[in-house]
Amino acid sequence: MNHRAMLPLLMAGLAFSFSACEREQRVFDPPQGAASAPKVRLGSLQPGQPMGTAGEKAPSLPATPYTFEGNAFAVSQGKRLYRWFNCSGCHAAGGGGDAGPPLSDDRWIYGGEPNNIFASIAEGRPNGMPSFGGHIPEDQLWQIVAYVRTLSGQLRKDVKPGRGDTLQASPPEASRQPGPPKGGKAMDGTEAR
Amino acid sequence: MKGILRGAVRAVQPVFAGALIAAAFGLQAQPQDVLAPAGPQAAHIQSLWNLTVVVCSIVFAAVLGALVYVLWRRPRADISALPDLSVHMKPESAAMRSVGGAVVASVLLLLLLIVASVLTDRALAHLSLRDALHVQITANQWWWEARYDDEQASNVFTTANELHIPAGRPVIFSLRSNDVIHSFWVPNLHGKKDLIPGRTATLQLQADRPGVYRGQCAEFCGLQHSFMALRVVVESQAQYEPWAQGQRQPAPEPNDESKQRGRDLFLGTSCAMCHAIQGTDASARRGPDLTHLASRQTIAAGTLHNTPDNLARWIRNPQQFKPGANMPATNLSDDELKALVAYLVSLS
Repeated sequence: MNHRAMLPLLMAGLAFSFSACEREQRVFDPPQGAASAPKVRLGSLQPGQPMGTAGEKAPSLPATPYTFEGNAFAVSQGKRLYRWFNCSGCHAAGGGGDAGPPLSDDRWIYGGEPNNIFASIAEGRPNGMPSFGGHIPEDQLWQIVAYVRTLSGQLRKDVKPGRGDTLQASPPEASRQPGPPKGGKAMDGTEAR
Repeated sequence: MKGILRGAVRAVQPVFAGALIAAAFGLQAQPQDVLAPAGPQAAHIQSLWNLTVVVCSIVFAAVLGALVYVLWRRPRADISALPDLSVHMKPESAAMRSVGGAVVASVLLLLLLIVASVLTDRALAHLSLRDALHVQITANQWWWEARYDDEQASNVFTTANELHIPAGRPVIFSLRSNDVIHSFWVPNLHGKKDLIPGRTATLQLQADRPGVYRGQCAEFCGLQHSFMALRVVVESQAQYEPWAQGQRQPAPEPNDESKQRGRDLFLGTSCAMCHAIQGTDASARRGPDLTHLASRQTIAAGTLHNTPDNLARWIRNPQQFKPGANMPATNLSDDELKALVAYLVSLS
């Protein structure tokens, strides 16, 4: 093979490796959004000591969606926080659901887009979902959002976690296939929106 | 001969130790020294090290000597003369003798080192564990949790990154890891021991000389591996007891308005998601237990001195000091931060 033929190959290789850099990029100084209490709290249940009450007014959903969807590091941080902040306590370790609705299926009671999931975590939802706004910084919330979306296989395969720090009974997130999100019923059988 | 050797070892050791310390800690003078054992375990390891240095130095000198001799000796033949091939026709008895002697000496010296190593291992296992103190160490990215066990459940307490142990009393460390492989290493007290997720390792040691010794994670464990230090304070039993008694108490109640506000902020914002303060509702164990934070000399696993200013800067943006650490930046207002620090500083 002559040198001229090598060049496109080399370029392709470089481009490939640069895309991998972005996938693994670690942002340690993310834009500081509001860690303050959210505009809407839909329930009075909160971790720690309550800051702000249900229905209180303050900025809620971030004006510009700031997501980590293409970033493998952020998604695995989200996986760590999912366990740390006890999301797994109700939604189960693999997102299969227990006291809370499953996150690994294609039914989304309050919407499956990043903004919807962010709002559900920050504001809380009726029938038991606590409101974490103000208790979890915004960038960590986005990490959890990105991870929650991997549970039903919605992110790119190369950013989904392929293994966990602990024993895991369900298949790794990386091998889950996405289904189209649908509306679903709330736990008590009422149709949301 | 032996005296000369001992002198040579003494002369070489400070150079080694100085280089190690300078390499590991920059200019900071820290009491972390493999060659200054503070207990029997470290002393056993040091004598093995001494023997190894002597043996290896002798071998090194002998090899260099042989090389210098070969370079220095006069050629036997004239440069212009044809090569004398007759040596290949007859057995080289002199060369055989030298090579054979060197092989035998190498084997014997290696055997000596193996025997010494086995004997050191046996000596390390012979530490009497009567009346031992049990401490469970759990390594995390990037800090150490220490739980002091006791037969009485109410006497168990948890602290982080700073251990106190009584001098002259054996200590049994149970070592675990919460995430990746770490290694527990306090060079003045013992060798390294790896902490492997899902397994429990034990390390038994005794410290005889009171002092403050620095430990360090010795297995690369991620971005902030180098800032994963711990301090071991060795003190007399009479000093240790009051310390342990203090650690068992719940955190002191805030006694003024500012501290009260600091505590409400701690419990109401993101702090309580990861940290515990005994005596309050905060009981998460993802970050270091802060019940007696003010009694520690450093924060963030030996990264910063524990001063109110450092504490404020650390809470404001930990990523500035330990990029990649799992503690997020906070966006508390200046007076909120002041109240929070006032509360944390009161946790003695």
